[in-house]
Amino acid sequence: MNIAGIELKNPTILASGIMGTTGAALARMGRNGAGALVTKSIGPVPKKGHNNPSMVELECGYINAMGLPNPSYSGFCEEIGIAKSKTDAPLIASIFGGDSAEFTEVARGLLSSKPDCFELNVSCPHAEGYGASVGTDPDLVHEITASVVDAVDVPVWVKLTPNVTDITSIGRAAETAGASAVVAINTVRGMAIDIHSGYPILGNRFGGLSGPAVKPVAVKCVYDLYKALDVPVIGVGGITCPQDAIEMILAGASAVEIGSAVHDDTQIFETINKGIDAYLQKYGYSKTEDIAGLSHEMI
Amino acid sequence: MRPIHSKITEIIEESPNVRTFFFDTHFETAIPGQFVMVWVHGTDEVPMTLSGKNSITVQKVGDATSRMFELGIGDHMGLRGPFGRGFTPPEKDEKVLFIAGGVGAAPIAPLADIIKARGIEGHTILGSRCCDEILFRERFACGRVDITTDDGSEGRSGFVTDQLAETDTSDYDRIYVCGPEIMMYKVFEILKTRDVHVKTEFSLHRYFKCGIGVCGACSMDPEGLRVCRDGPVFNGSELEGSEFGHYERDSSGCKCHF
Repeated sequence: MNIAGIELKNPTILASGIMGTTGAALARMGRNGAGALVTKSIGPVPKKGHNNPSMVELECGYINAMGLPNPSYSGFCEEIGIAKSKTDAPLIASIFGGDSAEFTEVARGLLSSKPDCFELNVSCPHAEGYGASVGTDPDLVHEITASVVDAVDVPVWVKLTPNVTDITSIGRAAETAGASAVVAINTVRGMAIDIHSGYPILGNRFGGLSGPAVKPVAVKCVYDLYKALDVPVIGVGGITCPQDAIEMILAGASAVEIGSAVHDDTQIFETINKGIDAYLQKYGYSKTEDIAGLSHEMI
Repeated sequence: MRPIHSKITEIIEESPNVRTFFFDTHFETAIPGQFVMVWVHGTDEVPMTLSGKNSITVQKVGDATSRMFELGIGDHMGLRGPFGRGFTPPEKDEKVLFIAGGVGAAPIAPLADIIKARGIEGHTILGSRCCDEILFRERFACGRVDITTDDGSEGRSGFVTDQLAETDTSDYDRIYVCGPEIMMYKVFEILKTRDVHVKTEFSLHRYFKCGIGVCGACSMDPEGLRVCRDGPVFNGSELEGSEFGHYERDSSGCKCHF
């Protein structure tokens, strides 16, 4: 299936930040059935990330504040090369920067490793000066997206934050700047406190919520973006089973990204793909595209 | 799971740089070799293999462990676990060899406790830098114990590999190894030459970020095995041709060669 300029093996994509540190780990997820692979977010210089605890399972999902750890674009080219050589799943490079110049520098720096697509992280909720710090401003999102689109010859997707009043205004900014797709959503800003010690649990004190708790938020964002934009919407947030993926596709997603659910099952991609196929067959559809956004017609 | 607020009930000074902390939280279902994430409030959270159902044995090496050494009985830490894959315990009629170096004796000691309780004889090669740093010699007293020290202050002068070179390993059904990675790799090379590495289990250490198998920060080349979830204990055959003994990654993901 061709989605937003790249040929996906199937509609389930490994989300950024999950098993994305090394080429070998990415390739493993490709072997496990992922239709495409998104790397961890790569920036201009090596970054250690926040102190631990950086990810904790809560009663309703997961809260994390990794702090964008990465070896920089120069240190990561080799890993993209390894991933591409060991799996035929398209490789999407997630990148971040503090401004359009840094985003462009990172994108150009990774081009030699031939990623199939770039995903701009303007949505990480807990890295000061990066991510959502720039992704809540439509003008900045427009400027960054246009700058990267200009600099590279592969599709550019923009991953949006739900921590805004109107996600469609940010989506429109990305679309008008030349994005081939938008990805919604990144984690929802959140916090957990240990009531016995009084300490916030995450090393960074606050972070982003993922997992089942955020799925309704993601479905609503995808639904709104599908209605507002012409470019494809990639749905992500709390997908743990085929039913979740189908719900997201009915809301308007052309494909889905899967993150935290890898915790319970590294074969999750195969499981979800089989479930989607069974659903399509049961209701008489031939392909995922037939049901994308179908819920918009049910008024 | 959220961290379990755990009170320190006892501290044993094993050596100037190694202490065992006992807690009021017991991980009764833990298998030897499994680990807990230890949250030192306000500092960091680090993985520690359990040295008992309610204890960790810690070497002072960085910020978190230095802060731990400032804590006393009645103070608290947060514990999450047990996580990961532990050692495969031996069957009743199997012959067992333990090879431990330094604080690497901690993950293996609970296995020695089990073997002793089951009446299985275990042979141990126990190495340390000097006589003051020999860990858990009494817990390994379930059979012959060969001690090596780097400075020759007790036992054989040299490394565990020197003792291993003169040990006939063909009779052992299971060989359990933990220590500094370079030591483990030298042991692996010797045992691979003898074609007995499939009988071995190694407890590995890598930088853990999430600790629960999601982020991939501890993934090993070339298969992408996660040390925190697919390990930390690996069979020797799983380590063949891997990064084991060659490099690891720091917190940013950059390779650091041994």
